Parts: sequence; structure tokens; C-alpha cells
Amino acid sequence: MPKMSFREALNQAMSEEMQRDPNVLLMGEEVGYYNGAYKVSQGMLARFGEKRVIDTPIAECGFVGIGVGAAMVGLRPIVELMTFNFSLVAIDQIINSAAKIHQMSAGQFKVPMVIRGAGGAAHQLGAQHSNSFEAVYCNTPGLKVVMPSTPADAKGLLKTSIRDDDPVVFIEAELLYGETGEVPEGEYLIPLGKGDIKRPGKDCTIVAYSKMVGLALQAAKELEKEGIDVEIVDPRTLRPLDEDLIFSSVRKTNRLVILQEATPHSSFGGEIAYRVQKHCFDDLDAPIERVASEDVPVPYALNLEAIVLPDVARVVAAVKRTLE
Amino acid sequence: MATLISMPRLSPTMEEGVVAKWLKQEGDKITPGDIVAEVETDKANMDFPLEDEGYLLKLLATPGQTVKLGAPVAILGAKGEDISALLKEVATGPSEAKPAPAAVKAPEPAPVVAPAKPAAPVAQSAPAAQSAPVAQSAPVSASGSGRIFASPLARRLATEAGIDLRTLKGSGPGGRIVKRDVESAPKHAVLTAQPTTTAAPPILLPGDELQPLSMIRRTAAKRLVEAKQTVPHFYLTSEVDMEAAMTFREQLNRASQAAGGEKVSVNDMILKALARALRLVPKANMSIAPDGQHAVAHHRVDVSVAVALDDGLITPVVRGADQKSLGALAKEVRDLAARGRDKKLRPEEYTGGTFSLTNLGMYGIREFYAIINPPESGILAVGQVEKRAVVVEKDGQDHIEVRRRMTLTMSCDHRIVDGALGAQLLAKVVEGLREPMLLVL
Repeated sequence: MPKMSFREALNQAMSEEMQRDPNVLLMGEEVGYYNGAYKVSQGMLARFGEKRVIDTPIAECGFVGIGVGAAMVGLRPIVELMTFNFSLVAIDQIINSAAKIHQMSAGQFKVPMVIRGAGGAAHQLGAQHSNSFEAVYCNTPGLKVVMPSTPADAKGLLKTSIRDDDPVVFIEAELLYGETGEVPEGEYLIPLGKGDIKRPGKDCTIVAYSKMVGLALQAAKELEKEGIDVEIVDPRTLRPLDEDLIFSSVRKTNRLVILQEATPHSSFGGEIAYRVQKHCFDDLDAPIERVASEDVPVPYALNLEAIVLPDVARVVAAVKRTLE
Repeated sequence: MATLISMPRLSPTMEEGVVAKWLKQEGDKITPGDIVAEVETDKANMDFPLEDEGYLLKLLATPGQTVKLGAPVAILGAKGEDISALLKEVATGPSEAKPAPAAVKAPEPAPVVAPAKPAAPVAQSAPAAQSAPVAQSAPVSASGSGRIFASPLARRLATEAGIDLRTLKGSGPGGRIVKRDVESAPKHAVLTAQPTTTAAPPILLPGDELQPLSMIRRTAAKRLVEAKQTVPHFYLTSEVDMEAAMTFREQLNRASQAAGGEKVSVNDMILKALARALRLVPKANMSIAPDGQHAVAHHRVDVSVAVALDDGLITPVVRGADQKSLGALAKEVRDLAARGRDKKLRPEEYTGGTFSLTNLGMYGIREFYAIINPPESGILAVGQVEKRAVVVEKDGQDHIEVRRRMTLTMSCDHRIVDGALGAQLLAKVVEGLREPMLLVL
């Protein structure tokens, strides 16, 4: 299996789907001549031409709305947001148009589009550019939300998302773009709503997604030194959610730590905690723990940013609390 | 900053303690090392020292109150400091400190019956049974408080296994019963689960009195139930001719007293004989390991000697008993027993024995069967020395003679001591008493 970076895997997914289906197109800021703000669309303009790789003005509300309209009339647009921080400018189009038209038109219109781009904190981007918005989109019926953690998952899930008839919010952790991993060649599809065990274990389940999976794996290594064997469940798709995979893991380990980069209040981790207590109440041997960013805007200062974001030590401590 | 002072672990096995007496009062200045209270633990009355400096701002536990390990008993801080927040925390927190119930007397006029249970016969002498008030005595759970804290999983596993959660001790945060506690529950918890849940509550008849158990009694009750139900006991009885031993003791004490030495009791001699036997039969001086997969060989002979107390019993340990002279043993046992009765023994002085000795001879008991003190492999129960008519063979003829005799009964843990091994050990005890010179070798 060839090794490639996360951004190359995304590029491959989009290119393969554009090759396969002439209705697929890519639009967004700098996707064409600049080859993408994060170089995800490297070479795609040259390969597919201006009609299918479209540079847009800096006007998210406008071009996401164009994407919704294009999808309603039969195209399959991939709309790249430079980062999901700017999705706030387009949020009316995403939540009130993309997510609702299928239902409001009694099924006459479908919106098969992918809204994708970078999300989460990277190094010192400051409060406004370090947001984790998955809870907002997960709270919106009509959307699907995908957050891959590996290059292979990124490819398999993006291809499936492009083929899906519903609008998909596809959030890529900015710090993962350069991460490399083995990626299957050719037609590699991962169904939406199917999670993955990133590390089997028996003592405690950690549910983590996107770049928090890497943090969970580091914590697992630390815990392994002390004889604690954690299982890491990556739901990959947050909506729809592979809750059965989480439940079966919790039923095995009897303990759960939820790891998310987003701030804790009203977050996606809270939804997992609700479902697990509801369906696995009699399987829990300890209160569910959650490791999240501190409940503040992400600071710019390097030292403060490090305190706010989840780290290995906090994950290790949370796992140990479940084992007390 | 004011801090909560909590009930410390003053004995290795205590789960709760009773504040017997405050030695410092509210407002008193505390310097590190000050003894602030006397605490009745499951084994003894212990001093409760504080290692911090400050003023005792509030006493949260009243004398006689039972407080769980780790629960707050007092507040220490700076003089005049505001402690309202801490008091609120104590009031709303999961503190289980409740005043120990005072003796509850059954109401005189009204006969008391058990709550309706199909099989529970109502006392025939109770004419007004239908309208009689019912004395509801709260079941005393293992933790000493009414509510049981257990994880949902632990509850489910316990239900499935038929284990009564009240018989378990929680090892999780705040004493919560978690999965591992259920999984490591002794088998007897399973066996007794049914009777416990269906047993009728205690019935108080007129004139009966419900009294709280002392900590020592509660602990002993729990340990003894566990010992009798989990350790496969068997018993070996032997009658010993004590003529030589008694004569020897008289000679010894005459000489010793003349020299201002210790007086040796019969029990001291038996202790010495037992210690010698354990040294000579090391296979019997072993314990079964908690995992059931190993035996622990004790290369030490530490004999626990049962001492009766007003409200229970305690078993101080005579270390290296086989290495000590009769005089030294006599002196040590007397000291340990005296301090045991005063509840002044330190925890390490009454734990870690390898075999026990118990004697009811002074009460005129001829023989009895004692319960093993786990993880020890056995216990020797001693009856009184008395004159018995025995058949003695002399010159090929049987004669009946009056001789001083004594009956010894050894209880053995069959998991580690087989019948023949136990018999060998008991025979060595008997040998030492028949030939008392062996005890001074």
C-alpha cells in the first residue's frame, strides 16, 4: 500500500471522483491557481480545468449558497472552506438551506454536496481561527458530519461523502494535513456511520476522533507502561454515529473516556456520554470521563494555548480516574 | 486556609472509627504532633495526632459518633477564619457521619412483631398484633451506613451472581463498590445472599433492648463469619497427662520466685510447647495465600494469644515464641494481655500471627472447638487441668489412678494442613508437656 500524506489522500479522493463522475466539481478560495490554501487541490486545476476547479471570491455565504443551488439541480459540488472558522459566514446556507431543503421540498430536491476544509486549533492561530464547530453541525438534522483521523480514512470517507445524496460537513484537522499513512489505491470507500477501533484494549475505552485519535494513541503508549490497556474507538463519522461500536467497546471495558478538542459545554462528547449512560448504564463501573479544551476561547500565547488544549497527561489522568 | 480534618486510618483494617473523646476543644491551638482525640477503632483505642498547625475551629463529630474512614471530623484553620463554606460543604457533601444510634428500647406497652411476612409467626402473646407498632431497625450494612454506593455494573454483576452488596467492601473512589470488588467477593457472600435478603428483621419483644455493637465486636463478627464459612476446619483432640508439667511448673515457680523472677502459668507452658511444635513441624506453620494458588511458609513462629475483653476479644501476637524462654514468654504475655484489655495495643502488636492459642481452662471448660483466625493455619483450644481417673499400666497390670489431665483440641485449616500433619503437630505439643524438660532445652 502506498504511503501518502493526509492532503494527498484528500486530493486523490477528489480527483478519482471527478474522474469518475463529470458532475463533481470543486470550488472555493484559492483552490485553483494557488493549488489550495493548504495545497489539498494541488494540480487539480491543471488536470480538470477552470469549469470544474473554480476559484471564488472571499464570500463564503455566496459560494456555499451557489454550491447548494448547484447541488439542487444535479451537480455534486465540493465546496472548500479555507477553514471552518469561516463557515460562520456561510452558516445560514449550511444550516437553513443545505440541511433543510430535502425535507422542506418533500423530497423533490436533494443537496448532494460536500462542504470541506480545515478545522480545529493549529499552532497559535488565536481564538477566532482555532474553533471546533462539529457540535454545531452535529446538532443540525439534515447534515452528515465526518471527521477523519488518518489519510486512509480521509480518502475512503471523502469518496463516500462525494457520492452521498445528503450534504456532508467534512472537517479536516489542520495539523493532520502533513501526517502520512498507508492508503489503499483505487476504489476505496468507507461507509458513513461506521467507526473503527484504532487500538484494541480491555481496561478502558477512549472515544476520540480527528487529530485527538493521535493523542489517544500517545496516551495509550504511556498507559501501557503501567500495564493499562486502553481501547481507542474512532467514530470517524459523528453524524450518523456508530453508537453500536462504542457500546460494544464500553460493554467490554466498563469504562469510558471521551476525548475531544472542542470545548466541553454542550459538545459532541456530551452526546456520547448521554447515549452510553442510556444504553450501557449497567455496564459502567466508573463515571464517564471527558477530556476537552478548557472552557475558554483558545489563547494565542503558546504557553496558554498548551494549557487549554488537551494533552497526553490529561488523557492519562482521566483514564486512571476511571480505574480508581 | 481552613481545611477539613478527616477520620484517619489508625488500624490497618478499620473502615470507620468512633470518636471516643476529644482531647482538644474548639478554639484550642494545635501544634504538630498534638493528640486531638482518642478514637475507638475496630481493634483498639488509638491516639489521633494532627501534623498540621492551626486552631481547632470546629469539632464535627461528637463523642460516641461513628465516622467513616476519610469523612470529616473537624476543621482546622487560622484563628477567627470564616468556615461557613466548609460547613456547607460538610452539610451537603456525601458525608455519612451520623450519630451512632443510642440504645433503642422496645416500646413497653405494645408488643412488637415483624413486618408482614407470610411465614413469620406472630408472637402468640400479642393480642393486639394487628395494630401494634412495628419496630423497624435499619439493617446494619457492612459499611455502617444505610445507603450503598456501587457502580451500576457492580450492582448488575452482584444481582446476577446473587451477591448481597451489603457484604462487600468498596475499593473505588469514596468507597464505591466496583466490578473488582464483586469479582473478588468471597464465596460465602454468594451463599449467604439468599438468607440475608429473606431473613426476617430482628424482633424486639417487650423489654428487649437494641444496643449498638462495639467496633471490636462488629469486626470480630465479620471476620468470624468469614473464617467459619470459608476455611474448611477439622478438629483433633488429645488428652495430655499434666502430672510432669504441673510438678515441673511448681518447681520452676518456687525457684523463680525465690530469685525474684516471673511466675509461669500453665498457659505459658502450653504456648512454649506449641511454639516448639510449630518449629519442629514447619509444614504446619504455613498459610494459604489469598490467590488460592500458593502457600506461604512462615519461617517465624508468631503465636496469637486470645485475650478476652469486656466487649470482645483481641489476639496479641508473641513474636518468635519458639526462641523465648518460659520466663520471657510469661512476662510478654502478661504485658500484652494487660495492654490489650486497656485497648492500648498498637496494630502491629495484634496482627501477623501464624497460629493461635486460646484457653478457657480458667472457666472450667473441659474442651472446646475454636474458630481459626485466617490466614493462620490453625488454633489450639485448651481446656482446664483437672483430676481424672485414668487407666495406667504398671508391671503388666492395669490400674486406675487419679492424675491431672488436660484436653487439647486443635482446629486446622484443611487446605494447608492434612489430618496426619495436624496430628503430628499436636503430638509434638503433647510431647513437650509430657516431658517439660524439652521446653527449657
